[in-house]
Amino acid sequence: MSFLNNVITGVSLGSIYAIIALGYTMVYGIAKMLNFAHGDVIMVGAYVCFFAMGSFHLPPVAGVVLAVLVCTVLGMAIERLAYKPLRAAPSLAVLITAIGVSYFLQNSAQLLWGAATKVFTPIVGTSGNSSLELIPGQLSISYVAVLSIVCCIVVMVGLTLFTGQTKLGKAMRACSEDKGAAQLMGIDVNATISMTFAIGSALAALAGVLMCSAYPTLSPTTGSLPGIKAFTAAVFGGIGSVPGALLGGILLGVIEIFAGAYVSTDLSDAVVFAVLIIVLLVRPAGLLGRYVPEKV
Amino acid sequence: MKKKNLAALLLAGALCFGLLAGCSNGGGGNGGENSGAVTIKVGGIGPTTGDNAQYGTATEWGAEIAVEEINALNGPVKFDFKYEDDTGVADTAVAAYNSLKDWAKDAPLVIYGCTTTGPCVTVSAETYNDRYFQLTPSASSPEVVAGKDNVFQMCFTDPYLGTAGAEYLKNNGLGTKYGIIYNNGDSYSTGIAEAFIAKTKELGMDLVATQTYPDDKNTDYTVQLNACKDAGADVVFLPIYYTPASLILAQAKQMSYAPLFIGGDGMDGMLDMDGFDKSLAEGLLLMTPFSAGAEDERTKSFVEKYQEAHNILPNQFAADGYDCMYAIYEACCEIEGLADMDSAALCDALAAKFGSGTFKVDGLTGKGMTWKDTGEIDKSPLIFKVENGAYVDAQ
Repeated sequence: MSFLNNVITGVSLGSIYAIIALGYTMVYGIAKMLNFAHGDVIMVGAYVCFFAMGSFHLPPVAGVVLAVLVCTVLGMAIERLAYKPLRAAPSLAVLITAIGVSYFLQNSAQLLWGAATKVFTPIVGTSGNSSLELIPGQLSISYVAVLSIVCCIVVMVGLTLFTGQTKLGKAMRACSEDKGAAQLMGIDVNATISMTFAIGSALAALAGVLMCSAYPTLSPTTGSLPGIKAFTAAVFGGIGSVPGALLGGILLGVIEIFAGAYVSTDLSDAVVFAVLIIVLLVRPAGLLGRYVPEKV
Repeated sequence: MKKKNLAALLLAGALCFGLLAGCSNGGGGNGGENSGAVTIKVGGIGPTTGDNAQYGTATEWGAEIAVEEINALNGPVKFDFKYEDDTGVADTAVAAYNSLKDWAKDAPLVIYGCTTTGPCVTVSAETYNDRYFQLTPSASSPEVVAGKDNVFQMCFTDPYLGTAGAEYLKNNGLGTKYGIIYNNGDSYSTGIAEAFIAKTKELGMDLVATQTYPDDKNTDYTVQLNACKDAGADVVFLPIYYTPASLILAQAKQMSYAPLFIGGDGMDGMLDMDGFDKSLAEGLLLMTPFSAGAEDERTKSFVEKYQEAHNILPNQFAADGYDCMYAIYEACCEIEGLADMDSAALCDALAAKFGSGTFKVDGLTGKGMTWKDTGEIDKSPLIFKVENGAYVDAQ
């Protein structure tokens, strides 16, 4: 039974990684940059929800919606102020700017909300029983885990439909193929990139709320480790690929929990990264990534 | 042009001289105050940003309150206090230390810090060579003071807490099978855990589960808790900080595992976490030198001032910081010829005082605290039990 319990924990943790990984992968796919501030947007989202529920006594749903709205605006603002002026700059400059934005967000959060850890009230399962008994006394799944998995599936289906069927989604794909050509076809590349950041940041807010519901401590550096893990998940699945982010996220979550349970809790991160290295040796573009040879 | 420059230079020089003269005249004689007061610069180091910011800010704020009180006493010694951020990183701590040395220039300087063990070990090696007296509120590893005659601690050493924990459990007949979960990436946690494990062996206690995790950023502890549960541990020792501990308590409840949890001073502060469900901590035991709920006048006044200034309850880091300032103050008051001392002479005098074994300080974290000449403090922990969301004496 503990095996099945571990599977459940792994998949629900992986679902959260997958939602965060989507933000990395979409931004990379379109703007060809690694947005290292993404992890900190998660933290901002969680704080907004925390205060909406705690200080203003809004219902959890309103808290989530508010967090999503604030992060969407924040994501677009970051893109507009920090990344857009550097669009023609070398990618290293953008990377360093992203790290700078990350520190900026962490330290602003500390100034605004203090360094002390806050305890997040889960958005579901607070009244009475917090988990669903599958086999009484042996196997249970928490409501937060159920919600994480459901959210992950909904987001994946939604995004797949969006990028495949809608005009805006097609514009995004066109931009990721070839920005210059897309512009010639009449696509507003800047608006498309801005929209990508908006979607990625909205998902980050959602992931932040889910993550803090599952592991309810919140501090200004809460987002940094999951951010790095999710980035790993994105590379694992193939950066730039939406299904790859899903697969990478879930696998990463499951491997992490299994390595902790069956290898050693000290080595769980080492095992995760060892698997990543092996995968990248065999498939350099990640599990579902497309390998595009450099044209000389 | 040249003449003009020269004149300007002379004028500037004269002004500077006037200013200096003004200082030396005015310094002692501010309208009837204690004109013989010696000003000592106290340079604090600790993380006020980054992962450990909550601990650094607490030691800074606690000390600030004591400095204000001390300076208002009009006693023979006044403090000039400055606090530098080390972000919890050793090389930043050295940079902070260097900037404090520049700040003090020729005035006698005492180093207060560092808050966390890693940076403190690095900085104490520097202060040992440069001959500055150093008192740390919270860096609790024996490595901090080992082989350094100028470094003293206000907190217990880690092994002491581990030993005290095992003895308390044994003497009070608590539990039959013991488990421990600790952070083996952290010297505080590992130090307590190793002493605890050694003591349980010595006392013949049945330690059935020894579980570790590598980093306080870890969020999932179900694996470790399952191991304790499967081994049948009815007491789980958690020599860790309160943030991971709060997650452990929540996850233990989720899996319906309810052993007796016991922790060290790192647990203090859990009940004051914003949004924490206090029922999770019901029955938790903790060994700490300080409780913000204590009823004595001095603690009450400290808690009130702290809350007024920062809107949160002080934890033991803040209290240790407060006690550090008074310890330095009281030692300085007893030193002869303080006014003529530079940093190195002050260092030797303070080290001799603290290490004498007869120098006693009453503080928020202990009565009649003394120090061994190794730099370790001699005070005993209070043992509290959490009942109805508050500390109750469980000695």
